[in-house]
Amino acid sequence: MVDALKGAINFLTAPEIFITLASVLFFLSMRYKAFWAPKVALALGILGAIFLAVSMLDHNFALIVKKPDNVPIVAMLFLVGFFVWLSMHQAHQNDERIARGEPPNEASNGENEKTWVWPDLVYTELLCMIIGMIVLVVWGLAFHAPIEEAANPARTPNPSKAPWYFLGLQEMLVYYDPWLAGVVFPSLIIVGLMAIPYIDMNPKGNGYYTFKERKVEITIFMFGFLIQWVLLVILGTFLRGPNWNFFGPYEYWDLHKLLALNNVNLSEYVWVKALGVGLPKNMFVREIPGILATLVYVVVLPGLLARTWLKKYFEKLGPWRYAVFVMLLLLQIALPIKMMLRWLFDLKYIVALPEIFFNI
Amino acid sequence: MATNATKPPEPFLTRTWDYITDTQIWKSIFRHGMPSTSRNRVLVVMTNVFLHLHPVKIRKSGVRLKFTWCMGGLTFFLFLVETFTGLLLMFYYRPTVAYAYMDIIDLAEQVPLGIMREIHRWGAHAMVITVWLHMFRVFMTGSYKPPREFNWNVGVILLVLTLLLSFTGYLLPWDQLAIWAITVGSNMARATPLLGYEGPGAQLLALGDVKMVHAGSDARFALLGGRFVGEGALLRFYVLHCVGIPLIAGILMAVHFWRVRKDGGISGPV
Ligand code: HEM
Repeated sequence: MVDALKGAINFLTAPEIFITLASVLFFLSMRYKAFWAPKVALALGILGAIFLAVSMLDHNFALIVKKPDNVPIVAMLFLVGFFVWLSMHQAHQNDERIARGEPPNEASNGENEKTWVWPDLVYTELLCMIIGMIVLVVWGLAFHAPIEEAANPARTPNPSKAPWYFLGLQEMLVYYDPWLAGVVFPSLIIVGLMAIPYIDMNPKGNGYYTFKERKVEITIFMFGFLIQWVLLVILGTFLRGPNWNFFGPYEYWDLHKLLALNNVNLSEYVWVKALGVGLPKNMFVREIPGILATLVYVVVLPGLLARTWLKKYFEKLGPWRYAVFVMLLLLQIALPIKMMLRWLFDLKYIVALPEIFFNI
Repeated sequence: MATNATKPPEPFLTRTWDYITDTQIWKSIFRHGMPSTSRNRVLVVMTNVFLHLHPVKIRKSGVRLKFTWCMGGLTFFLFLVETFTGLLLMFYYRPTVAYAYMDIIDLAEQVPLGIMREIHRWGAHAMVITVWLHMFRVFMTGSYKPPREFNWNVGVILLVLTLLLSFTGYLLPWDQLAIWAITVGSNMARATPLLGYEGPGAQLLALGDVKMVHAGSDARFALLGGRFVGEGALLRFYVLHCVGIPLIAGILMAVHFWRVRKDGGISGPV
């Protein structure tokens, strides 16, 4: 019984299932506000805590979770969960108020008025500092900072992991080459974040929690934050073992776990499997299908979207803002798209030009 | 003042307090009375260099914990904790391959009551989390919208700097965890388009047969001060971690706080 349950959880946490399920759940929660009722949140929190506590009885699970550097990630999970709930709960509360014709919470009952920084704000800050200090000291007394054996450049540990907050990027390496996953995408995350205030032309929802007035913005941002960042960090920390293979939370990290690697390039799909001719000699001819597909994605698709689904945005934002917006959006969803292609078709590279280190 | 003989004497503590606050020393430090009147509440904020980062008065909704979560404040607090504990660690730690690891071991074994390294490490992790949550809060309240676009951008740079601070610090203990995490992280730089020797386009940068971008001249080499994570990287990361990044982050935080005020204080509905 216990073993069956563990097996089921190991199965459900495989990346293709885990990420898909989480995404579906995410979109459902954006659609139905019942997800954000306090009772649901409380139940989820308690369930999560119970799951954690019971799972600690499992040797393999405890081994990973108890690593001192992983403790903050467990804490982060609960904190992120709590604060996402807190913001969405307030947003839905405000939406109800606004629907009734009342101002949001932040503008009623005298909240618009000013109050003294001393004592009101100063004491709140003091309180936060004291609590923060207590947490740090207790944490410091409870867990020793990790120190492993002295550095040894000749012995590579397996797995070698980046610091935990970069594990989302390391997880991306499964799907994209380092130049994209390690350089271009991180840069785009920074650029994308910086562009937000200049792309988002919606004047509503400035200074108060609301969901209804900013559905699209919030959905895009939260998908990026929760699924493409936090979830991948979790995956990279807890579910990736030796050789960056996937291991369920109750699975033993077997150095010799073998996984069939049968990923195929798009060029091979087209030339060999579909057309039945060999791969062309010239590398650019060989990669024509992928190059075309990529060009369609970044050049044709934006224009197409401007006339169809994103017409509203094209008109509201104007050509330049729209161009930046749609590029960032397309590159953001390039990750889930490649994931799907990998899971469904074992696709390795869309464009594979290893000769010049250019693989997409 | 006419003393009233029938009035009982003030309690001891009150008298002591009155005495202390009446001394020249006290008055030279605090140039106003207790902040219980409007006038003194203005003065307490205006005459104190730290408090005057704040305005004198502020929207009620902006003080609420459920609005800001005090996440920006906590991030700043953690930055201060890191600065202080980091300073103490610098007394014991020498950034060379020969000493670094042993200094950390000594720190754990020899230094009495030493939880400085613990607090420094957990504080760093916590700061990464609080800065994410702060950004998330700012997004969810739409506080990046005009007139706060610029401050959001300052924030994004602070986010990057926070991660870099954490990343550079990760190397310093010079144990297996450290060098391999940094190796994995910095290997990415090898693939920088044009600037990394395994990056797309790097071959194009060549003068005849002479490659301009190779393992000894590319982006990764610049980051590590060498072809692998060694002595050069340790020194570079140490300097960046202890001086370079904190300095820039400190300055940007000052800008950030200033702009919070100048952009109209904590955001609220109009
Ligand atoms: C080291 C990092 C940072 C520190 C110490 C910091 C500190 C603060 C503090 C103390 C406030 C006052 C309100 C509050 O506590 O929420 C604030 C507000 C603000 N922060 Fe940050 N912050 C940091 C990073 C960021 C990041 C990453 C962003 C966004 C990407 C950001 C954007 C903003 C904005 C737009 C405001 C104004 C919010 C409003 O008016 O409601 N900050 N920050």
